[in-house]
Amino acid sequence: MSLLTDDQKMLQQTAASFLADEGSIAKQLRHWRDIGCKDGFGHGLWKQFAELGLTGICIPESHGGMGLGAAEAALVLEEIGRNLAPSPFLGTAVVGARAIEGTAHGERWYPGVLSGEAVLALAVDEGPRHAPQQTALEAKRQGNGFVLRGAKQFVVQGSSADMIVTAARTAGSPGDREGLTLFAVAKDAKGLAVDNVALVDSSKAARLIFDNVSLDADAVIGEVDNGWQPLSRALAVGGAGAAAELVGVASGAAALTLDYLKQRKQFGKFIGEFQALQHRAAHLYAEIEIARAAAFKAAQLLDSGDEPAELYVSVAKAKAADVASLAVREGVQMHGGIGMTDEHDIGLFMKREAVLGELFGDVYYHREQVARLSGY
Amino acid sequence: MTDLESFRSETRAWLEANCAGEMRKPIRSEADICWGGRNWTFQSDAQKRWLEVMAERGWTVPDWPKDYGGGGLSVAEARVLKEEMQRIGARPPLTSFGISMLGPALLKFGTEDHKKHYLPQIARGEIRWCQGYSEPGAGSDLAGLQTKAEDKGDHWLVNGQKVWTSYADKADWIFCLVRTSTESKQGGISFLLFDMETPGVSTKPILLISGSSPFCETFFDDVKVPKDQIVGEVSKGWDVAKYLLGHEREMISGMGLGMGGSLGAATKPQDPMLRAEIAAFDVDALAFAAMSERFAAMSKAGEAHPASPSMMKYAGTELNKRRNELAMAAGGSEALEWEGQTGATAKTWLRSKGNSIEGGTSEIQLNIVAKHILGLPGA
Repeated sequence: MSLLTDDQKMLQQTAASFLADEGSIAKQLRHWRDIGCKDGFGHGLWKQFAELGLTGICIPESHGGMGLGAAEAALVLEEIGRNLAPSPFLGTAVVGARAIEGTAHGERWYPGVLSGEAVLALAVDEGPRHAPQQTALEAKRQGNGFVLRGAKQFVVQGSSADMIVTAARTAGSPGDREGLTLFAVAKDAKGLAVDNVALVDSSKAARLIFDNVSLDADAVIGEVDNGWQPLSRALAVGGAGAAAELVGVASGAAALTLDYLKQRKQFGKFIGEFQALQHRAAHLYAEIEIARAAAFKAAQLLDSGDEPAELYVSVAKAKAADVASLAVREGVQMHGGIGMTDEHDIGLFMKREAVLGELFGDVYYHREQVARLSGY
Repeated sequence: MTDLESFRSETRAWLEANCAGEMRKPIRSEADICWGGRNWTFQSDAQKRWLEVMAERGWTVPDWPKDYGGGGLSVAEARVLKEEMQRIGARPPLTSFGISMLGPALLKFGTEDHKKHYLPQIARGEIRWCQGYSEPGAGSDLAGLQTKAEDKGDHWLVNGQKVWTSYADKADWIFCLVRTSTESKQGGISFLLFDMETPGVSTKPILLISGSSPFCETFFDDVKVPKDQIVGEVSKGWDVAKYLLGHEREMISGMGLGMGGSLGAATKPQDPMLRAEIAAFDVDALAFAAMSERFAAMSKAGEAHPASPSMMKYAGTELNKRRNELAMAAGGSEALEWEGQTGATAKTWLRSKGNSIEGGTSEIQLNIVAKHILGLPGA
């Protein structure tokens, strides 16, 4: 427990060198941002993920995937975070793949995910703050199927997605866990309007309007009215994954900052010689180590199915977002004026942290979950 | 069944048969901890029996070699034992500086004679040790210590004063840093072991803000120490001292775990602002617990950075201070009571302030991380 196996170390090394070489900020994030790419990521890199087998990381071996778990996904996501590499990995290979596992939708979509052609998305949020239980988007039975009416927002890569896993209410009222159903909604579904929204970190999320979107009964993922369980499972792997990516963002920002402390001179000294900065850098180091341990533990618990998994996902997401926020704030401040320029990469870490921090629930949402799950 | 699985079931059965119900109750206060030593008065027969049966199996120090009184368990077996003890809430049979600090240093730096002589006594809880490190003029600047040991041919003659010597008034022996050379600061320090009953040793407890006196001033006036009671080479005791400090810091970092369990669940805060702060704390505490597990695994596997105990000590003690601040807030005016059961909150709170000072201040730990892990210049 808590140390990597040899296979995991190998996967980590593969992901680290692949993402440092091919997923670098200059090659990917800045490139696609500066040419105004509508997807916010490069399909070429996603194909390379597929060639390495990584798009199938969480897809069962029986379907041609690697059949690995949240822990292995976390190792890849930390490297993605470190390089700010834009890709559909979290939304498609982890959350999307898990949401349709064991269903006919898996059979339908896994081949495309494995080949790096299909992109999946998850539509949950309906307001500016994450509140999955409050899902109100209505799915009304009609004939043999359902008609969906309502709106979703912050659907990451929603306009690039071929299929959107959509949480809808088939019974009960907002606030109820019962009565939720997951649907597989194809991008070209009639009545679905997709508004591509550029976010602060140059990634794209969509606002979706469901204007009487008719779906066949076989669009249902899992069971009607019992969508909470698969939804919370998808959100848990998403939360653990986002936590791991945040640890990578924090590590990347801290590494840049540490380099700067060792080369920038003022008053005839390296600024890293000043104790005022040394102590802050050392504190940040400790916090990042702790966040990494929490994120990895959450992923391991998800894989082993042990009981405190849900608690630790919230611990990991809250802690990693807190620490990554500290890392980017300290990073910009310690870089001084250059840290405020678009030319320097440190600001890109700050932008990415803000989006990942919000994704699948922010620090406050997850602290609340920790309190609730701890019985107070 | 694998070997480890059968070890687990045997261990479970053995613990079931040998750990009395009384030894499975949570530790409520200092009085419930068994420190051992020549003058130890057992709190109960159950406490005595628990120490005896565990020591007999070498399970007071499960991962030490059997030849030195340990259990000779592998890393995996020791973990299983720990998990099985946690499962039934078994108290540690023995807590001591011998186990957590001196033992590891002797295993690494001691001669075979040292190991054969001292380690079994530690394992059985027969000798209680104290630590002679800090001096009035050598706190954070520990290597500036002045207590001197002169080579008198067949013995060392020790003169000087130590301070903050934990439980010196209750300890049987001391592991003590002394100056054997003034040629260099760190290079003139030796690591001696001697009996606190040796003529010339005296102690005086220091009353703390918490109302208790866990620390003492310790005085050495012409104390004669046999020549072979030195660990490591003459004037090369700093290496031993630092190694031991790593273990001390690791031990103190355990403060970060508290008594286990959620602070919010224990205090049930009604005030929403306080509840929010406690939830933020619980996130940090649970994350630290994950780090603590990871650090233990890395240490055992030899993958931990040598300076990482400093990181752990810093994080764990700052966390424990925060826990106590919040416990005081949650307790309100009742937490201010100084006597009886409720008095413990205030006393524990005040005692926790020492956590980030003893064993090297938080600031010293940050210096060490900055220099040895981050490689910052001039640190």
